[in-house]
Amino acid sequence: MSVDSREASVVRTAETAVPKVSIRDLSKSFGDVHALEGVSLDLFANEFVSVVGTSGCGKSTLLSIIAGLTEQDAGSVTVDGVPVTGPGRDRGVVFQGFTLLPWLTAQQNVQFALQDEPLSRAERASTAQQFLALVGLAGFENAFPRELSGGMQQRVAIARSLSYKPQILLMDEPFGALDALTRREMQTLLTRVWEQHKLTVLMITHDIEEAIITSDRVLVMSRRPGRIRADLTVPLARPRLAAMSAEPQFRALYSSILELVHEPAA
Amino acid sequence: MSPLFLPSPVAVGERFVTQLQNGELLTDASASVYRIAAGFLLATVMAVPIGILIGTSTRIEAALEPLIDFVRYMPVVAFVPLTILWAGIDDGQKFLIIWMGTFFQQVLLIADAVRQTPRSLIDLGETLGLGNGQILTRIVLRSSAPRIWDALRITLGWAWTWLVVAELVAASSGLGYRITLGQRYFQTDTIITYVLILGVLGLVTDQFMRAWGRRMFRYERTSR
Ligand SMILES: Nc1ncnc2c1ncn2[C@@H]1O[C@H](COP(=O)(O)OP(=O)(O)OP(=O)(O)O)[C@@H](O)[C@H]1O
Ligand SMILES: [Mg+2]
Repeated sequence: MSVDSREASVVRTAETAVPKVSIRDLSKSFGDVHALEGVSLDLFANEFVSVVGTSGCGKSTLLSIIAGLTEQDAGSVTVDGVPVTGPGRDRGVVFQGFTLLPWLTAQQNVQFALQDEPLSRAERASTAQQFLALVGLAGFENAFPRELSGGMQQRVAIARSLSYKPQILLMDEPFGALDALTRREMQTLLTRVWEQHKLTVLMITHDIEEAIITSDRVLVMSRRPGRIRADLTVPLARPRLAAMSAEPQFRALYSSILELVHEPAA
Repeated sequence: MSPLFLPSPVAVGERFVTQLQNGELLTDASASVYRIAAGFLLATVMAVPIGILIGTSTRIEAALEPLIDFVRYMPVVAFVPLTILWAGIDDGQKFLIIWMGTFFQQVLLIADAVRQTPRSLIDLGETLGLGNGQILTRIVLRSSAPRIWDALRITLGWAWTWLVVAELVAASSGLGYRITLGQRYFQTDTIITYVLILGVLGLVTDQFMRAWGRRMFRYERTSR
């Protein structure tokens, strides 16, 4: 069942064969806690990849290292062959919690990411409005975060991290705090945005269905210390619909991922 | 009960009118307000940057916080005789007492407010490519501003107490001074009148600070 990421890349066409993000032998400990051990994976340009795994297996740590917010003990992360040494605007991050600035309106929150870009005031405003519209929030430009629902706040956060056009979007359980119905809506929205903007996405989730519906590949992490236990290509055609979750192909993938997630470490 | 111990409301009212008419009340109040404003502002302009430094830098925190924590527990009242020795009995001594009573508390409260900035907002700033200075001004200070304002409001309340402490001991004007005089001549109506005025002034400034804070930090008020 377990497929090495290099094998997966063989399936790809020639122009995508060079990974956008390449992670090799990443290890990280917090005191006695081995969060990650020997994690290797590749993300190819414009690919949508999910990482699933049990709670505490090191998913957030992995994302944080790729984002440049946490330093690894060993191993490397490269983007287009260049080692990551800190955070950068080539990688947008959507955090699990709501990270809007409460003193700014929705539009100002998006503009916050554009402050230092060589844009005029009007350009900044129109870019922000355009990205709010993209996530379905036209008309909410002047709302403060406290006036928005959880789903809306997370949509503003997504608009913000897309607004400065990073090549890579890193998301840590972006819909974890949302109810099931809103989650489905957000997944559809995210897939649409991804199709329109073509960017490389790494999304962490504990919702296997969400991983299958949105992703090209699903990576399964083992229990702590986290390793990539499996790398599964999702064979379903796009656009994917919610109804697909009843298909046998979907169910088969779902149960094998579920099994891998909970299987005790070898 | 003898009116000497507790004067009637009428007596207090009459005393209030007399003091208002003879101009003493206004002179006393303005002397006190001037002292509290100067002492409190002095403490604030020093405490805000130092509190921010302690709240943002673990190295400065380690160096200064234990010291400030220690000083904070030293009774300010016990310093009154010393401050008279150092600064005489003029306004300078009042500033000093108010400063001592508020500055250290302010530093600790402000440092705490700054430390409460959510880690996730700082991470956000980093992923947006902001430098430390930009994160400080655009995120940390904005995020802790409501809490810093609260710290100032609370310590301003305490400053009134320190003002009176300073004026009771050594002064030739001010609301506290008038209370001492009242004590000397058994004018309990004067004492009560001035105690009430102090209470009202304290309450009014607090309400004013609250209202101003609500205006500035309107975004915080939950509609949920
Ligand atoms: N800053 C830190 N200091 C100490 N331990 C940490 C730190 N960050 C993570 N850990 C530990 O490392 C392990 C992996 O944490 P991580 O947050 O990466 O897990 P996760 O897979 O994201 O979990 P969840 O699904 O619950 O979000 C956990 O045991 C956690 O307690
Ligand atoms: Mg996590």
